Amino acid sequence: MSPRPGFVLEVDRSTPATLIWHGEGFRLERLPVGTRVVYGPESLDPLVDPDQAIRHALANPLGDSQPLRELLFPGMRLTIAFDDISLPLPPMRPPDSRQRVIEAVLDLAADAGVDDVVLIAALALHRRMTDPELRHALGDRVFEAFAPHGLLLQHDAEDSSNLVHLGLTDQGEDVEINRRAAESDLLVYVNINLVPMDGGHKSVATGLASYRSLKHHHNVRSMLNSRSFMDIHHSELHHSNWRMGRVIAESGVKIFQIETTLNTNTFPEQLAFLQKREWEWSLRDRASFLATSSALERTPAGISRKIFHAVRAPHEMTSVQAGAVEAVHEVTLANIYRQQLVEVSGQTDVLTMGLPYIGPYNVNSTMNPILVACLGLGYFFNLYRGKPLVREGGVVIISHPTQWEFNPVHHPSYIDFFEQVLAETTDMFEIESKYEESYATDPWYVHLYRTSYAYHGVHPLYMWYWCAHALSHLGRVIVVGGDRAAVRRLGFSPASTFADALELAEDVVGRDPTITHLHVPSLLFADVK
Amino acid sequence: MKALQFERNVPRFAASRIASALVGSGKGVRVGPLEFVDIEQLEMPGPGWVRVRPRLAGICGSDLATLDGRSSRYFDHIVSFPFIPGHEVVGDVEGGALDGRRAVIEPVLGCEARGIEPPCPACAAGRKGSCERIAFGHLRPGLQTGYCRDTGGGWSTGLVAHESQLHAVPDDFSDEAAVMVEPAACAVHAAFASEITGGERVMVLGAGTLGLCVIAAMRALCLPGTLVAVAKHPQQQTLARDVGADQVVKPSEHKRAARRLSGSLALESDDGDIERLAGGVDLIVDCVGSSASLEQCLEVVRPGGRIVLVGMPGVVRVDLAPLWQREIELRGAYAYGSEDRPEGPRSTFQLALELVREARLDRLVSARYPLERYEDAIAHAAAAGRRGAVKIVFDMRKTVSGPDVSSSGRGRPNSAPTKEAM
Repeated sequence: MSPRPGFVLEVDRSTPATLIWHGEGFRLERLPVGTRVVYGPESLDPLVDPDQAIRHALANPLGDSQPLRELLFPGMRLTIAFDDISLPLPPMRPPDSRQRVIEAVLDLAADAGVDDVVLIAALALHRRMTDPELRHALGDRVFEAFAPHGLLLQHDAEDSSNLVHLGLTDQGEDVEINRRAAESDLLVYVNINLVPMDGGHKSVATGLASYRSLKHHHNVRSMLNSRSFMDIHHSELHHSNWRMGRVIAESGVKIFQIETTLNTNTFPEQLAFLQKREWEWSLRDRASFLATSSALERTPAGISRKIFHAVRAPHEMTSVQAGAVEAVHEVTLANIYRQQLVEVSGQTDVLTMGLPYIGPYNVNSTMNPILVACLGLGYFFNLYRGKPLVREGGVVIISHPTQWEFNPVHHPSYIDFFEQVLAETTDMFEIESKYEESYATDPWYVHLYRTSYAYHGVHPLYMWYWCAHALSHLGRVIVVGGDRAAVRRLGFSPASTFADALELAEDVVGRDPTITHLHVPSLLFADVK
Repeated sequence: MKALQFERNVPRFAASRIASALVGSGKGVRVGPLEFVDIEQLEMPGPGWVRVRPRLAGICGSDLATLDGRSSRYFDHIVSFPFIPGHEVVGDVEGGALDGRRAVIEPVLGCEARGIEPPCPACAAGRKGSCERIAFGHLRPGLQTGYCRDTGGGWSTGLVAHESQLHAVPDDFSDEAAVMVEPAACAVHAAFASEITGGERVMVLGAGTLGLCVIAAMRALCLPGTLVAVAKHPQQQTLARDVGADQVVKPSEHKRAARRLSGSLALESDDGDIERLAGGVDLIVDCVGSSASLEQCLEVVRPGGRIVLVGMPGVVRVDLAPLWQREIELRGAYAYGSEDRPEGPRSTFQLALELVREARLDRLVSARYPLERYEDAIAHAAAAGRRGAVKIVFDMRKTVSGPDVSSSGRGRPNSAPTKEAM
């Protein structure tokens, strides 16, 4: 039986309670009658033989690219860049897609007699990956072949000696990327495309860029003009990356792009109920839910976090395409839509969402309040094409504990941003003009980014900018079950229960509002007509 | 006259110390050496002395330390018992050039008040706070009015003051504004003692009365590049910003704030918490004066930077290794006198009068109590921060004086305090 498409359920009196994520836990909530619940399509069937599919993609490139084998020659400099720890979510069971693809590329390189090969994790301004994280993404064989010899690098956006300025776009944007990547005879970029935002020219133009280059599209203006940044055709973020991508190509950097997509088979058997429709839960699913919920209630928060972050998703590859960047990405987007797109008719007054324990920037870390805002208002709010799920002036209700808690190793500048900047103002433009430069250039943040495992100093500001479109669009943001002080610091309204949150929402949108719930998992992309 | 008198009574002193240690600051008054008494008027110590009828008298952090038995033995030889506390005073003058007018008292009992001629070098230079004769002359020992047996203090219906101690209060000044002049003068002196030349990164630790006054003084009289206040309680945080702090942080955030402000590198624990800064702020003003606050200062001041100690310390235990290795300057800032200004020396008290007016420091007076309710008043003062208050004062404007209505002994609350914040 082929997977069923996504659909919109209208809650009636017989509808069972809806499962809603709440950080490192979840709850069953009876949503008001008439609420629309948007479910994503069921998990697609995976490629039967992903390794064969990869070899086929490398040999049959899209666009004007030659097959990879023909681009490889003895004596060449080959650089393989790959997506970092932020993808996929949760981290996938081994073998990771990056491992499969890179092994295939290396096999071809070895056949062609290429011996100058370097691997680069495309961190942009993200934290460096630990050795175990690199080993997980690349597999033992690749890790052991490269890491001990200093050939497994992590992009350093602050290492001026290893950056090269390739020129300006026609909009005057600096294009500055990793020198090794730029000066190689061939740059192979290996993607995992989890959401429509990922991939395309953004891979190199962002993943291997410097702050000087990134600030041209990671800014408030771009975010306000990206509607949404998940829809590349209406995203200033992507328009800028595409301009940069063309400058990169014109400057002679030869890129062979490899993009992969995954299905939404996200959780292992014991948590399978998370990705099923509630009325289809089996007795075993109900028992699993009750047992898991009960166990989580009794488990200290730190241990719950460790348990959840140990989850390895049984994601499977649904497509792989390789060749010229734009041609590849077009097919990738079609494959993502095939898995995630759900047609929704019309907007809603109130959009509700439960946020999980993990987002792109807290893998093996803490979901701090800024990341909660970013996941809800940056990522989930922007999971639309056409127009936002919620109407202008509407309300978003988020369910998440939103604890006033940070990982000081991974997010040192987040702490300062939250304690000092958001205490002063939440205004995007004021923050950008008054604080961005000092956060971006602070020598301690630079030191920790380069030598420890810290996100770049400017990263929390970017995560705040990520919310710009939502915050300019919405009348109010309400967080259910969050730390009240932390929620208020974000400029949002705290509520104890969903019922309280809906009452608060009525102050903004009026009585008897239309309500839509974004049912995640699984990951979905709303095509709002 | 009615007064709160502090006796030399070792058992009561010990009881107060134990009670405040066990139950909290201000809670040892009931068993301590402070008594509500009715006593004869004080004798005039000599020519140039006048009577002052206090209207308002503040309760200061140093008063609380004395009542709690926490003050340093250092003061043993420069106070004389029994004394009547209260050195933040506005009152009505009886006699002398200011007869019939309101005045604030500059409480330091320097050479002039003590009838010492020639004055010591410090007094001669206008630095009364550094007087070398505070245990000599025709007064018994006492560094200030409020600690000297012969002068009395503000927590009473009458005291004596030397005319050189008096500063007339402008007619448009409320009593509440006037009672803030003494702490404001301490802050003005501290601001100048910090020797800010402009553009420095400054942190003020503590946002009680003294901290808030220091922030206001620095903002008005110096040119700090950025001034960060470390304030514990919400009302203090609001006021700190209102009186001139560029940024206000909680005590738990002070290291991160100092690091951000200075752009310093930091030394961390394995789990990423900052332990101390490699650099730090140029200047930190300690308005608390405890072991913990001094340690906090040393954690965040840059090598070669300066710590100005304004809050009265007692015996502290602190690791001075960073002070030595980083060549940090630790400087006290006590009291007042005259300040060297480009236009010439100016009285600290006159500068403080201007500061109180400009910064509207009268708003820091949060509650007034009659002397009879001294236990409540002191408990309130000791808990001011967490009760959303700043300065607690005794209000003698309605207290009847004279031996005929005396009721010597421990007062009990009968009337409600007047207060803006509890």
